[in-house]
Amino acid sequence: MPWVKSNRRRKGVFKMNTLELKKTANEIRKGILTSVHAAKAGHPGGSLSSTEILTWLYFEEMNIDPKDPRKADRDRFVLSKGHSAPGYYSALAERGFFPKEDLLTLRHTGSHLQGHPNMNDTPGVDMTSGSLGQGISAAVGMALSAKLSNDSYRVYALLGDGEIEEGQVWEASMFAGFHKLDNLVVIVDNNNLQIDGPVSEVCSPYPIDKKFEAFNFHVIDVADGNDMEQVAAAFKAAREVKGMPVAIIAHTTKGKGVSFMENQVGWHGKAPNDEQYAQGMKELEAIGEKLEKESGADGK
Amino acid sequence: MENKKIATRESYGKALAELGKKHEDLVVLDADLAEATKTGIFKEAFPERHIDCGIAECNMVGIAAGLATTGKVPFASSFAMFAAGRAFEQVRNSVGYPHLNVKIAATHAGISVGEDGATHQCNEDIALMRTIPGMVVINPSDDVEARAAVEAAYEHEGPVYLRFGRLAVPVINDRPDYKFEIGKGVVLRDGKDLTIVATGLCVSEALKAAEALAAEGVDAAVINIHTIKPIDEELLCEYAKKTGKVVTVEEHSIIGGLGGAVCEALSEKCPVPVKRIGIRDCFGESGPAAELIHKYGIDAEGITAQIKEWL
Repeated sequence: MPWVKSNRRRKGVFKMNTLELKKTANEIRKGILTSVHAAKAGHPGGSLSSTEILTWLYFEEMNIDPKDPRKADRDRFVLSKGHSAPGYYSALAERGFFPKEDLLTLRHTGSHLQGHPNMNDTPGVDMTSGSLGQGISAAVGMALSAKLSNDSYRVYALLGDGEIEEGQVWEASMFAGFHKLDNLVVIVDNNNLQIDGPVSEVCSPYPIDKKFEAFNFHVIDVADGNDMEQVAAAFKAAREVKGMPVAIIAHTTKGKGVSFMENQVGWHGKAPNDEQYAQGMKELEAIGEKLEKESGADGK
Repeated sequence: MENKKIATRESYGKALAELGKKHEDLVVLDADLAEATKTGIFKEAFPERHIDCGIAECNMVGIAAGLATTGKVPFASSFAMFAAGRAFEQVRNSVGYPHLNVKIAATHAGISVGEDGATHQCNEDIALMRTIPGMVVINPSDDVEARAAVEAAYEHEGPVYLRFGRLAVPVINDRPDYKFEIGKGVVLRDGKDLTIVATGLCVSEALKAAEALAAEGVDAAVINIHTIKPIDEELLCEYAKKTGKVVTVEEHSIIGGLGGAVCEALSEKCPVPVKRIGIRDCFGESGPAAELIHKYGIDAEGITAQIKEWL
């Protein structure tokens, strides 16, 4: 798998970089589909909606080392929406934290890939999560720890838009805003669907941006959180913010990349059967081929 | 004998301030109760390492978990009702499951909360906390033991639940050879007719009860179980075999607490008749602590009467 070194961005080869990141995201999507299919269970929808965010974090943004997953000065990531574990695991495997073949063991008895992430099982996982609303508090604790010790690492937490209905999210946000934790970036994967239907119809958390603003966050809105350029721009802007934590509200498409899963609430927590898996992989292969052509053209 | 009296929450605050001098990685979290939980004593000494999370216990436990992942050793404090009750799931999933090095230090446990009444009198915390795999549960009996427990909790790698009280209780362990070891029960009085196993503020009451029973010809041993998990099965079995009868005494529900833990251990290893004395599956009420301890039958008089009735 081609791995794009972060210094490429600094050298200004951003177009190429973006294309390779897109290809990486597509590979991660294949891993999601493959692992959930092998598990015969799991959460493809929210994994596919947050793929560009995870790709950017693990292949550009964060200071991490797959060979030393617990190095002290690493940036931290907490998947507060822990059910998107297939996307998380696929990104970690793609980045080299463990073999991609392991993805086939997702949710199997004895596997290190639990249904929801556990830091003591999986290399690269910084915090156990899955019970909604709890991951953000741990991320806040990590960011606070860096401030207490004058460490320079940054902390990222990915939340679901349904998840922010949990009161603990706002307890944590109040604390982060009050303590001006500008080393913390909270990302909301705003795919607008939760188990019981559209978040706007179940128990609407909207307006999400105004809520985070009210809790003293700097809010960055991403019109299309599945557009790598827009995701990149948001995280770059987040780095410039001083004196307050950042909330990136990324408007995404649940099930992104697999046509029959897109915007379908039924694919929140369901595995594709063999036929659906083949169909989905075919679509992702086609996207991959298209990206290859683009990079070929770009090379000339 | 008249002992001086100190509330174990006071011991907790002082022990933290002492430990803070030695250990820079120790941080203390509170949820707007620093004055009551006595973490305020630590705050005075180390204001930069005392973090008030406001009235948000669930978030406090999560923050403690996050701090622990980076190598800090957080003591998170609130009343038992909120630390073990309200934040139970956070303690289970964010601290227990990843086995993080977080100390949940709960004060105002049991009915000795007194006047605040049932909403604030947690008689279920030991039961809740000891069901969490890997969690150590400690309920010290006095000032000496509470201070030792705080230090032992710091030294122990992994999650610990510490239970402290609001009420000033007699100092009973102030002796040169006193030694605290997690998981080790302490025989305070030997006897042959029955064994009283007590924890927390009930230990001193159990000692008085044993004296009263002795006056009536009943020779009762008294064991202080400060660590409810892991419980000292070896010592319990030794005394169960030796005395043939066991009485448990606790300021906690008789369901799932010390009584439950002792019954579980003995029924598997060396079954003997057990009488559980504690809060009998009911809520507490408002009143001065001493009156409630009497009314709910966990003072020396109540313990003595219930044992005599049972024998």
